[in-house]
Amino acid sequence: MSAQAFLSIQHVDKAFSRGGVTNEVLKDVSLDVHEGEYISIIGHSGCGKSTLLNIVAGLTGVTKGVVFLEGKVVDEPGPDRAVVFQNHSLLPWLTCYENVALAVDKVFARSKTKAERRDWTMRQIELVNMAHAKDRRPSEISGGMKQRIGIARALAMQPKVLLLDEPFGALDALTRTHLQDQVMQIQTELKNTVLMITHDVDEAVLLSDRIVMMTNGPSARIGEILEVPLERPRKRLELVSDRTYIAARAAVLKFLYERHRFVEAA
Amino acid sequence: MSAPVLKLDDARATKAASVAEVVAFRAPKAPSPIAKRARRVLDWASTTLIPPLVVLALLLLFWELICSRPGSSLPPPSQVVTDTWELIIDPFYDRGGLDKGLFWHLLASLQRVAVGYAIAVVVGVALGVLVGQSTWAMRGLDPIFQILRTVPPLAWLPLSLAAFRDGQPSAIFVIFITSVWPIIINTAVGIRNIPTDYSNVAKVIRLNGFEYFTKIMIPAAAPYIFTGLRIGVGLSWLAIVAAEMLIGGVGIGFFIWDAWNSSNISDIILALVYVGVVGFILDRIVAFIANAVTRGTATA
Repeated sequence: MSAQAFLSIQHVDKAFSRGGVTNEVLKDVSLDVHEGEYISIIGHSGCGKSTLLNIVAGLTGVTKGVVFLEGKVVDEPGPDRAVVFQNHSLLPWLTCYENVALAVDKVFARSKTKAERRDWTMRQIELVNMAHAKDRRPSEISGGMKQRIGIARALAMQPKVLLLDEPFGALDALTRTHLQDQVMQIQTELKNTVLMITHDVDEAVLLSDRIVMMTNGPSARIGEILEVPLERPRKRLELVSDRTYIAARAAVLKFLYERHRFVEAA
Repeated sequence: MSAPVLKLDDARATKAASVAEVVAFRAPKAPSPIAKRARRVLDWASTTLIPPLVVLALLLLFWELICSRPGSSLPPPSQVVTDTWELIIDPFYDRGGLDKGLFWHLLASLQRVAVGYAIAVVVGVALGVLVGQSTWAMRGLDPIFQILRTVPPLAWLPLSLAAFRDGQPSAIFVIFITSVWPIIINTAVGIRNIPTDYSNVAKVIRLNGFEYFTKIMIPAAAPYIFTGLRIGVGLSWLAIVAAEMLIGGVGIGFFIWDAWNSSNISDIILALVYVGVVGFILDRIVAFIANAVTRGTATA
């Protein structure tokens, strides 16, 4: 490989063994992501999407292969690959502000003064429109608000890659739509490189530059990669009748429900 | 049947339908704050204060009826109050030696409990963290804890008397050994049940071991730890009375034993009331601290 990509996943295999039984989850997965690109990984449940994300996050080790971020090998978790977890994972004993501040204070302990860190934390909370609830605890706010704080916490680390693990999966449809728009807007503004796990076809087409479609596990691999050449900023309502959008949507649906139909294990 | 039919393109019909009569809502007169507060106090009294008082009165009446017959082995409540009136009105007298008011006996017992329980909290949380953290520590220690925790408190007393050769540290040791097990076990369960999500968050922002301990582990396990602490404080109060009966000296346990030896049954009954009330207060104190500390944590 000549010029190395910003984020490069190279020939990654992952197998879990327990009690002598080895279960191969990922087989020879390779993917190059450019800086500022929004990538969605889509596939049926159990295809190892989350495992792939955890490998990039450094939370799970690889069995074979390697992941490079800016030419450096990824072998442990770190704030340059911030994760937004599916179930928000805010610490319930801290307020929204404190949840974000915990990350900010740790990541910028040396590079920012106390006042700068406070401003930075507030700015992230304002970015996701949560300033009004900054002193509330996670148990006192709605699911969508929790996820917004989860996103603010991840953005606050100024990650090189933002990893989203089905970030809108647990939300109702209206909240999801709203948050998708917000993430899209933030991404346009900050030019983050994003890797998002999803199983929502519309979400993938709407948000991504490229959609990575995974085959069914075990031994899942990348089946196809679809480019979504839609102009940004994208408008949900206008896209409904857009030719490219419809074609992209159809391609993903075809992949998921025709060629790689989810077969329930007996 | 003349309701307007709504059609997507029929603007007039939509308009007609959207006009509705506005009915003024007359707000009820707001009660004054004092009346409101009085109301709340009354509500509280009727739901939490009155029922136990009624039951207590019935029990006392029942007791009075049963024990008033001549020749009954226990005194009726009226007799208890007249017998112990001096102790009730003056809990602070001190005539030297063991002849002190109930306050001093309770204080001595509480001091022993405080020392023994404090050691149990420190050791229990530390061992609990160890067992919860390390699979090997759990495999090695857990079976031993499970056996030791079933040993009754008083069974430890002769052994600790042999080891310490003194009543005071022996009593404290018994308190410690009684209350430490629930603290260890609950802390360990709490640590083991920390959601992976929380430790993943800690890994991503790279908290070091000490930060993880103070910022994630302890607050996440706090509800469990406090459950252990609450059970522990109850057990230690149970154990102290029994231990003091045997070791002697100032203390509510010895007071009861001494009263038995001088056949002051009324004194025993009064002391039991005090023991119960103090135990209840101890439990409430720990519960109160738990509520204050784990605010929000339990309802993730």
